[in-house]
Amino acid sequence: KQMMVREALNSALDEEMAADPRIFLMGEEVGEYQGAYKVSKGLLHKYGPDRVVDTPITEAGFTGLATGAAYYGLRPVLEFMTFNFAMQAIDHLINSAAKTHYMSGGNISVPIVFRGPNGAALGVGAQHSQCYAPWYGSVPGLKVVAPYSSEDARGLLKAAIRDPDPVVFLENELLYGESFRVSEEVLDPNFTLPIGKAKIEKEGTDVTITAFSRMVGYALKAAETLAKEDINAEVINIRSIRPLDRSSINASVRKTNRLVTVEEGFPQHGVGAEICASVVEEIFEYLDAPVERITGADVPMPYAANLERMALPQVEDIVRAAKRVCYKSISMAAAV
Amino acid sequence: DSTATITVETSLPFTSHNVDPPSRSVETSPMELMTFFKDMTEMRRMEIAADSLYKAKLIRGFCHLYDGQEAVAVGMEAAITKKDCIITAYRDHCIFLGRGGTLVESFAELMGRRDGCSRGKGGSMHFYKKESGFYGGHGIVGAQVPLGIGLAFAQKYKKEDYVTFAMYGDGAANQGQLFEALNMAALWDLPAILVCENNHYGMGTAEWRAAKSPAYYKRGDYVPGLRVDGMDVFAVKQACAFAKQHALKNGPIILEMDTYRYHGHSMSDPGSTYRTRDEISGVRQERDPVERIRSLILAHNIATEAELKDIEKENRKVVDEAIAKAKESPMPDPSELFTNVYVKGFGVEAYGADRKELRATLP
Repeated sequence: KQMMVREALNSALDEEMAADPRIFLMGEEVGEYQGAYKVSKGLLHKYGPDRVVDTPITEAGFTGLATGAAYYGLRPVLEFMTFNFAMQAIDHLINSAAKTHYMSGGNISVPIVFRGPNGAALGVGAQHSQCYAPWYGSVPGLKVVAPYSSEDARGLLKAAIRDPDPVVFLENELLYGESFRVSEEVLDPNFTLPIGKAKIEKEGTDVTITAFSRMVGYALKAAETLAKEDINAEVINIRSIRPLDRSSINASVRKTNRLVTVEEGFPQHGVGAEICASVVEEIFEYLDAPVERITGADVPMPYAANLERMALPQVEDIVRAAKRVCYKSISMAAAV
Repeated sequence: DSTATITVETSLPFTSHNVDPPSRSVETSPMELMTFFKDMTEMRRMEIAADSLYKAKLIRGFCHLYDGQEAVAVGMEAAITKKDCIITAYRDHCIFLGRGGTLVESFAELMGRRDGCSRGKGGSMHFYKKESGFYGGHGIVGAQVPLGIGLAFAQKYKKEDYVTFAMYGDGAANQGQLFEALNMAALWDLPAILVCENNHYGMGTAEWRAAKSPAYYKRGDYVPGLRVDGMDVFAVKQACAFAKQHALKNGPIILEMDTYRYHGHSMSDPGSTYRTRDEISGVRQERDPVERIRSLILAHNIATEAELKDIEKENRKVVDEAIAKAKESPMPDPSELFTNVYVKGFGVEAYGADRKELRATLP
């Protein structure tokens, strides 16, 4: 069966809300508008305004409110219309949600999901196009996941909602409308995916490519191109930014001896930087080439279509880097 | 008869905004008067002892003391139950005590010992006692108000007849998120009471230098409010009982408690550069919450001056014993560095400063 990511998220929310009355959905336009991106479509009608709560445009206020409700034992799912707006409320994610279990010596737990689209969409400019995975991924006390496919979206959202800790759930606007094949197992109401585990999307032997969210699709396309040139790439869908599945990444690099990381975010202090450092620290002796990072450009997102394309990783960027680490690229100087 | 009814007048009438104020007559009993005296003097003794421990370098970092403001914590507790919730900022020791926390847990936490209420991992600003409805203990000025509104949201969601008291100072009263949370509380009729403890200085900034309108009980606009003499435990009790009923029926209300802190903002502040010593001693002489109760007890012949002195002596002993016990409590085990990061850590590895030397599997 084919399923869109939007439907996967919607069905996961619906099933979890049906199973546990403590779960409520809150955010801007989640109710009567049916969700800015229609992820919550139909839920107001099904669960009523007590459990599908439209808020005013006051991120700091409603994020604090939802976090307080989680202290009390409810299980809020808080939607940010985009994670760009969550910066208004980031104090509550970090100081009120992530740290409270630790600061209270275990007295208070914070079972809450912060979800919404993250990263670049198309043509929405600098303030609406940014990846927050490295921001939240650096904070102990938070769990951070970033689904790619419909299977990821369903399994990880259900796991996040059932998790007893605060989970930041990073979606991608451009994936909402994409369809993926899903198995019967994925459609089962009991289906969940483990937080903290990566998925090998495509096995390979020559180079490891790590990616998350929309970039997994790019990495898979790059692997197809590379296959035509006799490079068998292994593509890892990271799925969980924190905890990071270091052992799966290490196991893959031990096999391929080469690593390219891919992400849409800024290059400096990014997810790729962490993966690179981790691999160098733990299995340096297995590397046959320097680790390469493919990232968004180190600039605020431009609006013009040509510049925006240059600011984001493209499939050919991944192909080029993979060939470089396999020493199969032809240097420009040599070509001339 | 220790339960006989005594009627007392509040020191001042309530000033109200958008609501009819409660009566100035408050019912009490000899037993309650004695309890108020005991609780307030014990709190004061605890804070004075904390001051000494800080100066002896047994307490580290930040430490904000509550002496002067005791009537707010004690009067509020007299009006509510432990099913009602309280959340406050960093001046939290006495709120914790009021919720049933112990002196040993308090001192052990202040000194970073394993018997502390947060197992030594929170410190002065982060006391909690969820089982008695105390949700901290928050260090970011103003952030506790939306969190408290969230507790009220949960109480209403679960259809319980309980309320939440979200406490903040006159400094936090200007925070934007307070108004965001208040708007939602009013929109959704949440059983929330915003308690502004106006001690007239946000750190060293006098209220009139920070607020265009320091009439904090009116700052909710459409939300009703009461101005309460926060140095009068009976006024606080009356206002909190009134506010609880109001909140259950009509939604949020603001209580501005006119109070005063004798200590500086924190231990690094002598508290004398931005206010005069005369102002402080004037409040001590004319408005002290403990002295008010002492005179009432004496006026009603409930106890003698000597008996009240004995209670204070006993407090001193109890506090000293608690400190001794807290000092015996060991520092947290090094393994505690990696506990309580998550409820469910998935057995993931977490790193110390040198990950080759120190790492742990999260439980």
